[in-house]
Amino acid sequence: MFPRPLPSPNALTAPYWEAALNGELELPRCETCAAFHFYPRTTCPHCGSQNLAWHAVSGRGEVYSFTVVHRAPSKGFEALVPYVVAVVALEEGPHLMTRLIGVAPEAVRIGLKVKVEFKKQDEQTRLPVFRALA
Amino acid sequence: MNSLSEKIAIAGIGESKVGKVPEKSALQLQSDAAHAALADAGLTLADIDGLITTPVRVEAWNMPCGVVASFLGIQPAYLSTLDLAGASGCAMIHHAAMAIASGQCHTVLCVAGQNSLTHKSRASAVQTMAESGAAHAQFEVPYGPLVASNYALIAQRHMHEYGTTPEQMAEVAVTTRKHALLNPNAHMVKPITVDDVLNSPMITSPLKRLDCALVSDGAAAAIVTSAERARDLRQKPVRLLGQGYGLSHSYVGEAPRLTHSGAIESGKKAFAMAGVTHADIDVAELYDCFTITVIIELEDLGFCKKGEGGAFVQGGRIALSGQLPVTTHGGLLSACHPGLGGGLFHVLEAVRQLRGQAGARQVPNARIALAHGNGGTIAIHCTLILAK
Repeated sequence: MFPRPLPSPNALTAPYWEAALNGELELPRCETCAAFHFYPRTTCPHCGSQNLAWHAVSGRGEVYSFTVVHRAPSKGFEALVPYVVAVVALEEGPHLMTRLIGVAPEAVRIGLKVKVEFKKQDEQTRLPVFRALA
Repeated sequence: MNSLSEKIAIAGIGESKVGKVPEKSALQLQSDAAHAALADAGLTLADIDGLITTPVRVEAWNMPCGVVASFLGIQPAYLSTLDLAGASGCAMIHHAAMAIASGQCHTVLCVAGQNSLTHKSRASAVQTMAESGAAHAQFEVPYGPLVASNYALIAQRHMHEYGTTPEQMAEVAVTTRKHALLNPNAHMVKPITVDDVLNSPMITSPLKRLDCALVSDGAAAAIVTSAERARDLRQKPVRLLGQGYGLSHSYVGEAPRLTHSGAIESGKKAFAMAGVTHADIDVAELYDCFTITVIIELEDLGFCKKGEGGAFVQGGRIALSGQLPVTTHGGLLSACHPGLGGGLFHVLEAVRQLRGQAGARQVPNARIALAHGNGGTIAIHCTLILAK
């Protein structure tokens, strides 16, 4: 069993990974202009404010784009091939990269509705993945 | 910025042997390219008082410009290490121009390249690329994207929005391969057809193996000096007319639109500075890390409307005899892709075309050329417009 790369949270990103461990998707939101953004920053990319806070989001969205990976980047991913890497557009606005589950790779389409789930990687890490909704 | 236009010239170009070169280290490849460029210009190392290089990804070099200068045995008055990923090749020329125009030095060696293929193994190079910055370490790498997956996400979205097809993308690979077969220093030497591309193994849908750039050993070098000084040197000078940068995002996951790139902005600035139009461009050396990259650059640089890049590359339009010959040395897809040095080969080819020294792949009467570099995942762009 070859290891797969896992996130190493830091002071900026720890809230995201702690929320994921508790089964919540939380994103940074600007308290000045009320827009969400992702990945986490110290400055709102929409208005420049530094008044940012973490908020739970719906975890619902749709597939903005996807690719079925047939050739793994490293040994750890070989057992998963073929797997679907996707960019999901969340209902709240931001996009994020993820992996899709619950759908055959050949059935994935742009626009597919999806909802977040959390996949345990180790004791400290649950990775947000998205399940295709029927 | 317009103060640079017409004042700066590329006076020398050189390449190392490219492809599979196990007998050379990254520094040896760079040294070979540097000496070839000096010989081309009729200069020696003693004439070089500026050096610009990039980091390599195969070894850890503290202050790469210092490592390269020391290896070559020079102590330039101006030296700098630049990293705009794939846009570095074009950006090095611009930074050299700024250093010369502001009086920091008079003759700059720009050199980049590495032994991507034989440093370890092809598989190791693919893993290193996937995990060393192209994807966000925390929010993307854990999902297992290849560098090619990031571009596949772009290709899939482009197909969805504009109806671009795998056949159209394959046309880019076939054209660059035809060009490479006319380039005596190219990594790939076998012709391919659209069917070969479509039937090559699926790597990360919709991109197949032949939609993806090579992993090569090799290095490129260019010597930049004042237009005035270049007039007295061995080769006909190639002048810098225009230049521009553009940035749209850092990572694919956070990009607001995957079909629109920073090339929109870099192209607009470069054309405005050069004072030329698209009809004036005789040859376009476009960065071709994946076939979709060329299609998006053609659109965003304004050679066709948004969404029409797929149709534009068909019917021989980007071939040597076409309306706009593109990436005439064979590019990253077929000639050579040695890491950050890859984009410098596009600049070298523009110079060769403008001098009329491109041999069997010469575009007749090429007077104005565009060279374009793309870094990250269609994220950071640098456009140069050059003239003879």
